[in-house]
Amino acid sequence: MKRTPRDTDGSHRKVSRRALLMGGAQLAVVAGLGLRMRYMQVVESGKYRMLADENRINIRLIPPARGLIFDRNGILLAGNEQNYSVVIVREDAGDNVHDVLARLKDLIPITDEDVENTIKEMKRRSPFVPITVADRLSWEDLSRVAVNGPALPGISPSVGLSRHYPLDTDLAHVVGYVGPVSERDLKSLDDPDPVLQIPDFQIGKTGVEQKLEDDLRGKAGTKRIEVNAVGRVMRELDRVPPVTGRNVQLTIDAALQDYLHARLGGEAASAVVMDVTNGDLLAIGSSPSFDPNLFVRGISYKDYNALMHNDHRPLVDKSVAGTYPPGSTFKIVTGSAALHAGKLNTNETIYCPGYIELGNRRFHCWKHSGHGHLNLRGALEQSCDVFFYEVAQRVGIDAMSAMAHELGVGVRHDLPMSAIAEGLAPTKEWKRRVHKQDWLIGDTVNAAIGQGFVLASPLQLAVMAARMATGTALQPRLVRSVDSIDQPRTPAPPLGLHPFALDGIRSGLFSVVNGSHGTARTARIETDGMTMAGKTGSSQVWSITAADRARGVIKNEDLPWNRRDHGLFVAYAPYDNPRYALSVVIEHSGGSHPAALMARDIMLQTLYGGTPPLTAYPSFQRKDIEAQQNSLQLRDLAAPTTPARART
Amino acid sequence: MSYLEYSVKTIPSGLKKVLYVNWALVILLSAVCGVGFLMLYSVAGGSMQPWAEPQVERFALGLVVMFGIAFTPIWFWRNMAGVAYLGSLGLLLLVELIGTVGMGAQRWIDIGFMRLQPSEVMKISLVMLLAAYYDWLPPKKVSRPFWVLVPVVLILVPTALVLKQPDLGTAILLLLGGGVVMFVAGVSIWYFVVVAGMGAGLVTLVMMSRGKPWQLLKDYQFKRIDIFLDPGSDPLGAGYHITQAKIALGSGGWTGRGYLQGTQSRLNFLPEKHTDFIFTTLGEEFGFLGAFSLLVLYVLVVAFCVSAAMQTKDRFSQLLILGVAATFFFYFAVNMAMVMGLAPVVGVPLPLVSYGGSAMLVLLAAFGLVQSAHIHKPRGR
Repeated sequence: MKRTPRDTDGSHRKVSRRALLMGGAQLAVVAGLGLRMRYMQVVESGKYRMLADENRINIRLIPPARGLIFDRNGILLAGNEQNYSVVIVREDAGDNVHDVLARLKDLIPITDEDVENTIKEMKRRSPFVPITVADRLSWEDLSRVAVNGPALPGISPSVGLSRHYPLDTDLAHVVGYVGPVSERDLKSLDDPDPVLQIPDFQIGKTGVEQKLEDDLRGKAGTKRIEVNAVGRVMRELDRVPPVTGRNVQLTIDAALQDYLHARLGGEAASAVVMDVTNGDLLAIGSSPSFDPNLFVRGISYKDYNALMHNDHRPLVDKSVAGTYPPGSTFKIVTGSAALHAGKLNTNETIYCPGYIELGNRRFHCWKHSGHGHLNLRGALEQSCDVFFYEVAQRVGIDAMSAMAHELGVGVRHDLPMSAIAEGLAPTKEWKRRVHKQDWLIGDTVNAAIGQGFVLASPLQLAVMAARMATGTALQPRLVRSVDSIDQPRTPAPPLGLHPFALDGIRSGLFSVVNGSHGTARTARIETDGMTMAGKTGSSQVWSITAADRARGVIKNEDLPWNRRDHGLFVAYAPYDNPRYALSVVIEHSGGSHPAALMARDIMLQTLYGGTPPLTAYPSFQRKDIEAQQNSLQLRDLAAPTTPARART
Repeated sequence: MSYLEYSVKTIPSGLKKVLYVNWALVILLSAVCGVGFLMLYSVAGGSMQPWAEPQVERFALGLVVMFGIAFTPIWFWRNMAGVAYLGSLGLLLLVELIGTVGMGAQRWIDIGFMRLQPSEVMKISLVMLLAAYYDWLPPKKVSRPFWVLVPVVLILVPTALVLKQPDLGTAILLLLGGGVVMFVAGVSIWYFVVVAGMGAGLVTLVMMSRGKPWQLLKDYQFKRIDIFLDPGSDPLGAGYHITQAKIALGSGGWTGRGYLQGTQSRLNFLPEKHTDFIFTTLGEEFGFLGAFSLLVLYVLVVAFCVSAAMQTKDRFSQLLILGVAATFFFYFAVNMAMVMGLAPVVGVPLPLVSYGGSAMLVLLAAFGLVQSAHIHKPRGR
């Protein structure tokens, strides 16, 4: 086809025009692309840079080693044990993971279930993630794995730290135990430490472990690692080492604690020993106990059930959480209140006919035939109830309550232990508020001998004994030092109690143990200069009707054992120059006698700092005592049960 | 226009042709390919394998092809236009039957040393055929409905075949490339206005149909649109690619994180980092300056082509060059828009930079045609 030049020129011009139009449009697009580039790479660059870093950098926490807990003599109570485990990395194990695990099974004690779980876990995780096959292996097992390394591709030994309580049952209630972080733990903390998010990280659940968590935990270290898109660690960028938790030293004397536990035996009992010179709690025992190591490892359902359903309630710390009607030990309070208020003088005698009548109700003395004429000292010695019925009516419940608080009963003592009970020293106002009833004179009479509403924990009873012994408002203390820094101690201020009142009560307490009619005469100490003073008590828990009065006391049980009275004893020694005070409560022992004997044994052990000579005991008891001393199984704490490596 | 219209004496012959090669364009293209080698070396973690070395080899092969085509007179290629188109169409049909399924789509024919993508070849063949068509068609008839319908069919047939593979990106490029040749050839602007209006109407209709009984797209297709509009709505799923690409680009800043230092590509956060998303690595490692420089290189390539087209009076040459330039433009514009989150992810490589043999060879061959047109343009009077 032939074309005219005009035609060609016209079409050429049109092409040029259209081409320019095109070019213009293209330039506009390019300008748009350029602007977008500038916006993303210059204006918003910071945002994307941050996102890129977030992509690639993972911060991993390095768990800190938990602070150690020692007794007053440096014996380890809670340490960190090397936990040897074996891990497998799938991508290193090659194709025959099953063969490798089968070979591993011949070397170390793992079950088919472990193998199955490992394989299941491996399928869920990326191939480079190490998966624990077995933990808590012995060093021998670990060595066997290491030696056979070439035959076990992908398997490697690994070492971690886990909490260990070398004295297991002795301090289960005091030191407590650690456990995995629960959802509730996370919620209850205002500013959850990121370290809590580490899988398997453990925090204090009870006792000192829980209360001093902040000191013990330490601070997590961090390492920044670069990861790729599937999470594989490419390299470590930097690392901040973790800060080990602070070590805590308790006032507890592990040897005494061990003796105390052995002496408490299988009784549902508790005892508290206190150094009256400074308030240090030397031993706090609650029996029966449990092995806290079980909880660290994850207690089995069976074990837990056994503990839960034991009628002696091993999980409850009876020494601070258990409250009991203090029985006759409360006569110390009643007597002190009366003396201090000037409603009684030490020489005054009151006649005990065996009962008193109030309105139409008769209140008996424990000795129904009556004690006859008694002064305060005699009334304490023989634990005459009528004497204190009379005295209590003179002084009134509110003054008694105030005196109880002064002596440390009905007061919540601040110690780093779990579930510390407040006890109860009732007042008129209290009864109105709680029971919506007026206080009756009968209530006062009941309270006079530590029955009725009155409740005290063994800890409070020990504090009461210590305060009587020193005349000061001594505070109990459990932590001696944190991170080798001694906890500050302030000298105890004197009690608001006239010296003559103190002397009056003290001489009574002396007679209880050493007097010819003393209710704890068989529990006397014969050694010169170690004379013990004390007060017996027994409380009839089940004769009291109102259910809430029995708070802290066994419920839902109707074994014959639990209908018996609780036996109590508070004491301090030496009488002339008090060093130690203690309290013993044995549930349902039927009377105060076993408690008094136990208290004497513990006191002697404390005074002698070890097994006392038989000469300390009344001669007629020495044979039995010798047999008892030989039968007690004590730990050999001289050779520490804690290997040096556990201290790292 | 025929061979006879050329003043034969003014056509360079023999070694003289070398002098008439548009060397600036060759250098520009080599520079773009050089950027490609650099980036392929980088995304392989600083290694010639597995991408940079084969790419260099294909570039060498492509240069030979380009010069071979360049030194062959342009009228030969005009006469080959129909053959090339039918051949490409045949290959497209062939790939339907025996093609290798890769990346969820049937695109390649394995021809031994490389995998051939007939759809790539078709892009150039189509431009060639349309240029020849309008060279043949008297300009007066250009806007007559019948003569408009013919090229539309010529465009839609291969587009439909490519769409069936499915390869949305290439289909769009075919449509746009063909459309540009028609536009430049002088087809009445009203056709384009009407088509654009109908397209807009269709999009509106489709979007309005959502959730109605007469919904025009499947739910998952709507979801893809959602993800395009807001990649953050599915950062680990379908939006992952585009989100990571934006992070890589954006984190480059002014000057980038340094060669071989891009964490996004280094650590495999980037998808398809050696093909469609290679621009993000460039942006990450060389920053705005690097990315913008590549854009400038591309623009210069297009500009030199347009300039070459303006210099020749041969209608076929003009239309061919402009068509090639437009196709090339759409390549990089769509790719860049895609990785910068301005366009949906449709699978268009970055021309001459992304790893891929077919695209490299075809593009260099196309520029061979441009050179041929330039060398053999009518000179003098």
